[in-house]
Amino acid sequence: MKLQGKKVIALGERDGVQGSAIAACAHSAGADVVLQTTYCFV
Amino acid sequence: MTQTLEQPVIRGVRFFLAHTPGLVRYGSKPSRDIARDVTIADAIAAHLRSYEAALAYPPNRAFLGHIHPDTLAAMPQPWFTSTAPGTRWGAHGEIMPEEEFYGVLKICDVFDLVHLEAGFVEEARAALSLHPLLTPADLERLGTGLPEADIVTQCGRSTPALPLYLRNGRLIGCMQAADEEDASLAADVLLENLTCKASAVMAMRTLLVQEQLDPLTLPYVLNSGEEAVGDRYQRGGGNLAKAVAEMCGCQAATGVDIKGFCCGPVHALTVAGSLVSARVFSQVAVVGGCALAKLGMKYRGHLQHDQPILEDVLAAVAIVVSADDGVSPRLRLDALGRHTVAAGSSQKAIFEHLVSQPLERLGLRFTDVDKYATELHNPEVTEPAGSGNVPQLNYRVIAGLAAMRKEIMPAQVPAFVATHGMPGFSPTQGHIASAVPFLGHAVDSLRDGSLQRVMLLAKGSLFLGRMTQMADGMSLLLERNTAGSSEEKKR
Amino acid sequence: MVLLGTPNAESSRLYALTVTEGDPSWAGALAGVALGLPVYHVMEEAVKTQVAPEVYEEHVALMEMVLEAGDIAQAVQEVRVQTGQSD
Repeated sequence: MKLQGKKVIALGERDGVQGSAIAACAHSAGADVVLQTTYCFV
Repeated sequence: MTQTLEQPVIRGVRFFLAHTPGLVRYGSKPSRDIARDVTIADAIAAHLRSYEAALAYPPNRAFLGHIHPDTLAAMPQPWFTSTAPGTRWGAHGEIMPEEEFYGVLKICDVFDLVHLEAGFVEEARAALSLHPLLTPADLERLGTGLPEADIVTQCGRSTPALPLYLRNGRLIGCMQAADEEDASLAADVLLENLTCKASAVMAMRTLLVQEQLDPLTLPYVLNSGEEAVGDRYQRGGGNLAKAVAEMCGCQAATGVDIKGFCCGPVHALTVAGSLVSARVFSQVAVVGGCALAKLGMKYRGHLQHDQPILEDVLAAVAIVVSADDGVSPRLRLDALGRHTVAAGSSQKAIFEHLVSQPLERLGLRFTDVDKYATELHNPEVTEPAGSGNVPQLNYRVIAGLAAMRKEIMPAQVPAFVATHGMPGFSPTQGHIASAVPFLGHAVDSLRDGSLQRVMLLAKGSLFLGRMTQMADGMSLLLERNTAGSSEEKKR
Repeated sequence: MVLLGTPNAESSRLYALTVTEGDPSWAGALAGVALGLPVYHVMEEAVKTQVAPEVYEEHVALMEMVLEAGDIAQAVQEVRVQTGQSD
């Protein structure tokens, strides 16, 4: 599985890894983040 | 602190719980699901707790100061199976039954939007006449009520009033909209805002009376809740603070709302402390009303596990920050933790800003804080719904950060969590659950010396409002007051 | 593809199923909608090895220590297997 060049949806959670943090990781792996959200369940 | 600044202290704190099973249907999640499938209302009704059960529920008892949250760790779970009976008043406040809270709602309603059935009014009047914090003038505001037929008619109009029920399904009144077309004055919005006002008023009255604070000496009230009070042209106009001040006899006060999602109360405490420190005001109150929208938020998980619906209480808080009295816990304004714009949203960045940085500033280690008060949501509410144990997660992150900084060994993480954290016990009432539920116990323990330092940390999910992707966070350090000398004032 | 940041195995499994087969709780907009998207959790080895170490350290490492990373990775991998995705 290669992230390089892929379009990624980052589904983060406030109490886990947040969307923008996932996006930073995806970017550093050469992916294109097309959607980024963070959920909050409390 | 330099000599030109006053040292602010937490002078007192009280809480208020209203047990409102009849209002669970108007929580955001239940109301949306019921609108899609009306049979869900029956399923919910079958899982609502009695007042006695809510009274006896150990997390509620911790919230109101009957027991210390640490004692929950040793109690057999699930806590809702506990059979030890409860009492209404704890050291830090009461839990009021819904029959009385509907009366308080009417008392706080100054636009005749709440209509109660005549027979119910008399029952409420009889019960509320025994309440130590309500006056004859308050009871006058109950009025005489309406025949049930009128209530039913109002609920059947083209712009229907919202029917108000007790747990057993009895119709006892209705909530009107204030305008047929303005969404900000719809019945459900007004109900949310009025419960916020009423619960904050009860918490504030409890604090003023029990701490013997003269309401006339309070110049400023900060409300820190997440409600939106306004109309179509100013949806979040706010200043519910002043409405609360009015109902609490604070004739010399004005107020303002501090809005910060769940971080609101901690921001408000910072502002209150700063105003006292700069001698702008001698004391400032911080209040937070309830979150009606969060009633029954996790009900599906509770139904799936065939357990009672635990999100059946509305919660409120009232705090007074005043000038140093030599005994009350000090607010260290020189050790604020702020999650800044530049910080980034990783958990590491958040907790470094909230914990590491203020402690470094004071030359302290993570273990020098006796107790951290983070988000204290009752895990018995969140776990059945798949939302995990929020306090435990927060404490593990703090401990993990301490381990990353080599202040503790990784193997010491569980012990750190147990010693410096606590089991969650707060109702999932948003801003109310964030750090402040521990404040009553914190003030007691910092006063009697069993604790030296407590850190309050709160976080706000700003991204939910779709104006920013950011979260927010703020932390405050409280420490034991060691003065007790010439500055000490008579309480 | 989807990268998850969910904090436990159960919610990871739910989200992974939602973006592949459809919402398993049949409650949301994706009930019955099979998107069939490849799904990974940001803490899985397959993802971690492609992320710049300092970026991972800053954004994920702390949570990897705190959460049940192994259980989470296993839960998402099981969904991939269950829904016929190649790893």
